[in-house]
Amino acid sequence: MKYFRSHVLVCVDPECLKKGAHEVMDALQDELVAQGLIDEVQVLETSRIGDCAHGPELMVYPEGVHYTNLTPNDIPYLVEEHFLKGRIATKFVQQDKPTSDEELSAPTAKEVRVVLRNCGVIDPDNIEDYIAEDGYQALGKVLTENTPEQVIDIILRSGLRGRGGAGFPTGKKWQFCRASAETPKYIICNADEGDPGAFMNRRVLEGDPHSVLEGMIIGAYAIGGCNQGYIYCRAEYPIAVKTLNIAIKQAEGMGLLGKNILGSGFDFDIEVRMGAGAFVCGEETALMASIEGRRGEPRPRPPFPAVKGLFMKPSNINNVETFSNVPQIILHGPEWYASMGTEKSKGTKTFALAGDVKHTGLIEVPFGITLREIIFDVGGGIKDDKGFKAIQTGGPMGGCLPKEYLDLPMDYEELAKAGSIMGSGGLVVMDEGTCMVDIARFFMEFIQDESCGKCTPCRVGTKRMLEILQRICAGKGQEGDIENLEMLCDQIRQDSLCGLGQGAPNPVVSTLKHFRDEYEAHIYEKRCPAKVCKALIRYEIVDGICTGCTVCARNCPVSAITGERRQTFVIDPDICIRCGICMQVCNFNAIVIK
Amino acid sequence: MTTEQKDSKFIQQSIAEAIERYGANQDELIPILTNVNRAVGFLPKEALDEISEKLKLPKSQVFSVASFYRMLSTKPRGRHVIKFCENAPCHVAGGQEVWQALVDELHLDAEETSTDGKWSLLTTSCLGVCGVGPVMLIDEDIYGNVDPKTVPDILSRYQ
Repeated sequence: MKYFRSHVLVCVDPECLKKGAHEVMDALQDELVAQGLIDEVQVLETSRIGDCAHGPELMVYPEGVHYTNLTPNDIPYLVEEHFLKGRIATKFVQQDKPTSDEELSAPTAKEVRVVLRNCGVIDPDNIEDYIAEDGYQALGKVLTENTPEQVIDIILRSGLRGRGGAGFPTGKKWQFCRASAETPKYIICNADEGDPGAFMNRRVLEGDPHSVLEGMIIGAYAIGGCNQGYIYCRAEYPIAVKTLNIAIKQAEGMGLLGKNILGSGFDFDIEVRMGAGAFVCGEETALMASIEGRRGEPRPRPPFPAVKGLFMKPSNINNVETFSNVPQIILHGPEWYASMGTEKSKGTKTFALAGDVKHTGLIEVPFGITLREIIFDVGGGIKDDKGFKAIQTGGPMGGCLPKEYLDLPMDYEELAKAGSIMGSGGLVVMDEGTCMVDIARFFMEFIQDESCGKCTPCRVGTKRMLEILQRICAGKGQEGDIENLEMLCDQIRQDSLCGLGQGAPNPVVSTLKHFRDEYEAHIYEKRCPAKVCKALIRYEIVDGICTGCTVCARNCPVSAITGERRQTFVIDPDICIRCGICMQVCNFNAIVIK
Repeated sequence: MTTEQKDSKFIQQSIAEAIERYGANQDELIPILTNVNRAVGFLPKEALDEISEKLKLPKSQVFSVASFYRMLSTKPRGRHVIKFCENAPCHVAGGQEVWQALVDELHLDAEETSTDGKWSLLTTSCLGVCGVGPVMLIDEDIYGNVDPKTVPDILSRYQ
């Protein structure tokens, strides 16, 4: 094969053509011939390197320089500068517009982007963009150089663990499914990212869909006897579904999906299945029931999906992020991947950072990074420079960790030891103004609502827990409430059918463990230390600061404030609805919460 | 006209189209129900019976699926369906005030449909666009960074 030191990609989209892309291209060819560079520089046609608004435009690799607004007259200068003298002709370089991506900003020093590397960089609707970033190279390598056993061995040695939450070693999972003799087998991608506040998978599906497809094809090859894959995507992500379907079509068109992939004799198809709005469908057995067209209710395991899964056939199910890691591991080697992270948690993990932190959004960090580094270095610290109170990891079924755990390294085992979970990667930071009992109630409301109702411990137990929590927050906590909560936690955890039920008590267990005094203050002293629970707070006007200006009384929606002009006003706690408007409108900060 | 008044010819046609597209397979039940729900606005009993017959599935199973998933409705819905995200990230970003503005503007509570059949007000699970909360979905249009003050303006775009 001929070797070129430089590749020039000229955009020939209709808009650029109209502006003279072909003339620029011809001039470029002529000039390269004239300078004797035509054997070193290859000129190719491409599309969509920019938005064509500044066409004609071209891209020069390996530097990745984007030249815009070119005319044939500019070409001699450009060739001389770039290809002869090796200097970038800055006057034609389009200045990158500052992007305002609210979800994904440029990586900070402590981040490593493996899964998110292409998000926001390539055009997800153009397979060639992905291929230009080494896309489908791993698939080619696997199909031509590796046996399925070798692929599994590579994944095992990389230490990759399931990113859906449980952290089961991916290589082991593939091994189990491979060991099942029955065929056909199915491979499923779990794209039912239901945790509130977690949108890492959506971003990968919308920004780099081919990385997921490539991971799935490699997985299907590894488990053997598998010619059909499903991506189960939640209906709340219509753009992800659309992007995936475009990606599948393009991959089929290039022979990367379908019959006889890359001439290897391996056949494999992928179909996208859309959910219809049920959180529990993220649970693997519920998800498979949903693909089969039934209610998304979990079933007991064993038999495990590797033995009896979708349509009662051996099935392998992995999360979006897990699949997205696979091509990178194949390309760079398991040792590279295993060099990141801790002893038992290898590689990187994406998180959605939310709550009372300065920079919210998606991040990707190597395992082993501490919570403190995530919150203060990557996240920029607590909003409004308030004090840190807790961080909730692992989504609604996760736990809240207090400041004593700030130096905890991110690792599946370490989080479990501390009473929380890795989960799919939601991180909610809470400042000192957060009431932990209220938070536990909030998450229990979610879990109660999403309980599918199949098994009694989860259906009834979460309802009873929620009632107790609501009572405590309403100032009607009773002696014995904490003990009852603890008993329910134990029973629900032990006796529920699936991960949703077994994890349901976590928000309560962890807040009881780390913030028991707050529960006690609510129940025994009828006091909300964070001053959040409305039934347990009182607004008071401070004598001596109040000027008697009447602003609060005029703004009170229920006329609970009375007084004489230029005298201290009084709030009647029996009428007051704790809306806080008086506090907002007071110009003298004379109103306090007791 | 509320969705309830869509005539049975239209319902039959929607079912035929969905089955044509996905095939009369039992494992295509959810996509078929989703498509009919989208076309008709909800899943009337008549539609469920017809689908059960076409797919050779017990009526009980069709109903159990139709009533299980949040995006499928067995009750009539308004011409425009508002789905408001009530999850933690939107809640923290001021979702409660936006919800109140919606309730005040439409005189509806959660899961209710207006008497003129124009609006249904629902809550939804997380839409995954938490970076721009509070978020709501009207039909297929998504609105981020919603402010209580912009609510009337957004609603006025729908006829």
